[in-house]
Amino acid sequence: MSTQVRTAADVLIDILIEQGVEYIFGHPGGAAIPIYDALVGRPIQLVLTRHEQGATHMADGYARASGKTGVVLVTSGPGATNTVTGLLTALMDSVPLVVITGQTNTRNLGLDAFQEADVSGITYPVVKHSYLVKNPLDLPRIVREAFYIASSGRPGPVLIDIPKDVSSAALVRDTRESFHLPGYNPTNHIDTNSVREAADLIRQSRQPVLLVGHGAIIANASENLRKFAELLRVPVVNTLLGKGAFPESHELSLGMLGMHGTGYANKAMVETDLIINFGSRFDDRIVGNYATFGKRAKKIHCDIDAAELNKVVPVDVAINGDAAEGLRLLIEHFQDPGKRPDTGPWLRQIKRWRREMPLKYKKEGKLRAQHVLDEFYKLTQGRAIVTTDVGQHQMWAAQFLLTENPRDWISSGGAGTMGFGLPSAIGAQLARPGELVVAVVGDGGFQMTMSELATACVLKIPIKILIINNRYLGMVRQWQNLFYEDRLSGVDLEGSPDFVKLAEAYGMKGFRIRRPADVRRILQSALEYHEGPCIIDAEVEKHDNVFPMIPAGASLEQILLGPPRKKMDKPTGST
Amino acid sequence: MNNTKDILTQKKHVISLKVSNKPGVLIRIALVFSRRGYNIDSLVVSESQDPRFSMMSITASGDPDTLHLILAQLNKLVDVVHAQDYTDSDILQKELGLIKISCSAEQRNQALQIAQVFKAKTIDVGQESLIFEISGQSEKLDAFQKVLVPFGILEVVRSGKLLMARGLEST
Ligand SMILES: Cc1ncc(C[n+]2csc(CCOP(=O)(O)OP(=O)(O)O)c2C)c(N)n1
Ligand SMILES: [Mg+2]
Repeated sequence: MSTQVRTAADVLIDILIEQGVEYIFGHPGGAAIPIYDALVGRPIQLVLTRHEQGATHMADGYARASGKTGVVLVTSGPGATNTVTGLLTALMDSVPLVVITGQTNTRNLGLDAFQEADVSGITYPVVKHSYLVKNPLDLPRIVREAFYIASSGRPGPVLIDIPKDVSSAALVRDTRESFHLPGYNPTNHIDTNSVREAADLIRQSRQPVLLVGHGAIIANASENLRKFAELLRVPVVNTLLGKGAFPESHELSLGMLGMHGTGYANKAMVETDLIINFGSRFDDRIVGNYATFGKRAKKIHCDIDAAELNKVVPVDVAINGDAAEGLRLLIEHFQDPGKRPDTGPWLRQIKRWRREMPLKYKKEGKLRAQHVLDEFYKLTQGRAIVTTDVGQHQMWAAQFLLTENPRDWISSGGAGTMGFGLPSAIGAQLARPGELVVAVVGDGGFQMTMSELATACVLKIPIKILIINNRYLGMVRQWQNLFYEDRLSGVDLEGSPDFVKLAEAYGMKGFRIRRPADVRRILQSALEYHEGPCIIDAEVEKHDNVFPMIPAGASLEQILLGPPRKKMDKPTGST
Repeated sequence: MNNTKDILTQKKHVISLKVSNKPGVLIRIALVFSRRGYNIDSLVVSESQDPRFSMMSITASGDPDTLHLILAQLNKLVDVVHAQDYTDSDILQKELGLIKISCSAEQRNQALQIAQVFKAKTIDVGQESLIFEISGQSEKLDAFQKVLVPFGILEVVRSGKLLMARGLEST
């Protein structure tokens, strides 16, 4: 704390401490200097990132791994615009962030002053809510409001734009002004009628499937999910972001569904007579074709966000509220064993599908990404926090690294943001020191934010960065290969650096895997390395495609379990 | 063609909102409409009896099947206290219009007679022009405007629909 008069920035830091903030991820600049100044000597650790996008993903990884709100502090203009990708990533995946941006002096707003940007205007579509603080007396209320909004209901990013004259204004003490948000009611009570109707549908069902998404993790619903699934003997499928809500190694788990989900999870979704959805928003990655999705099935959907109910898939019963609470109320309807549906034949059917359509890959010949990931899973027994980037490696990781616990799987789902893997791993490791954190990244996405290697090195953050190096923007190459007659365009990553030498340049340890025979040994030594971050460069086969695959926009029945024999039409889904 | 079909199935919706009286609220609301391709045809904003809030009346045209989404997304905004659909429902609706026509001295009597029938006020008389003020249901304004076409309409400014729920119900 400076010895001069206390400023609004000092009070801001007081409130951040009061809110339990341990880390601020950021990059300074003129308009943010008063806030950086107020941080000196205070009990919050500043993590200086090499780029503001990295700061947002670190805060995001921290938030997803801990369940707390991640905090970002950047300067005005380009500093603020560099956070936009991170805001979108967090909004799409319902991650609580408070992003504080410095702004030019209030009297210069709208006058094109140096490093002025209309940050509110630029970010409206990518925030849950935002503020431009014009009066220092409003700041305490706004900061508390921002944390409340970011973390309650369906979480999301909240931006606070603070002009330099506001942050440096004298503010002798906290105003302690309470807030009043008549338009925001995140804690609604679940309508028990909707739960009763859901219970009736479940009782009549013979082939139910429990679909779990990120909402179930955010709501801390894992225990209730398990109780419910085991009590009723209902098979469980999870979305990409629902990994860990229910243990994927559990006998009732069919793993991930959707575009690159397992054959048996998708088959179950086609044949089911009742979809019980807790906390997934029926994203197009899992639905495929909205006209044919779940045609045979009745649908129950529990979501805390009323705007998600009947948004893209019309449902028979909508339960508006918290997933954990919804499950608790639902379980009460099934205390009497006589009233539970008999799912025995359905589970036996699913067992056959599981045998008929296993995930498979070759361990001989060239090195396969799946082999590396599978071996990593066996070595760690699923005891790792995994972050990913976006692309083929992400899907293989989702398939082969089964997730046992909530908040152990951190991946950009809704936005599919390349560059997310490394910085989110740094944030996750800070949230959970002492646990094993691995970032599974592609050679393409890694290069989008690899400047954050410096951040990891300075803080000696012991993450493992596993690069699935196929020398291609593999996922795009896969689409061009399958749907565009292999006319490759803009996907060759020639010119990438030697990643082991890159590691050495940062003073990090680098490992390289080239042959299938070395996979286990090298992964083992990387796991035993504890001096700081390390890179494992796995040079895998260039031309492998991810299967199963449901072409975008296609029905789940049209799943490809392996390479198609005939030429494929262009997908009808957009991405 | 997709586009023509879209326009044909579009419907005009009447939505009333109570919102926080803060900068930026209008943009957040407009974004909800524009993202789904709704066009805002008219919009009226004014401070309510409590200065912390504003009342908004919006008429917008777009796909009726997604109107419930628009409402849900409006209600989700932190600054929106409530948003309600009043399309096809019994609510008081009024609009004010100012219409300037070209009108020679010979035509003047005829124009004034029409105005009388519509209970429009004549608020300006020029050598070659007249300005009328008319209020009432939007349909009445439309009809008045239509019969004035032969004179030559020089300018029209309309307030957009003002809405208020009947009796003790709040809008
Ligand atoms: C920021 C961003 N730009 C572009 C894309 C489109 N995209 C999706 S996957 C992909 C290729 C990723 O390549 P790489 O990181 O090498 O992973 P791989 O698919 O090869 O495993 C691209 C370009 C994206 N998701 N994000
Ligand atoms: Mg690649």
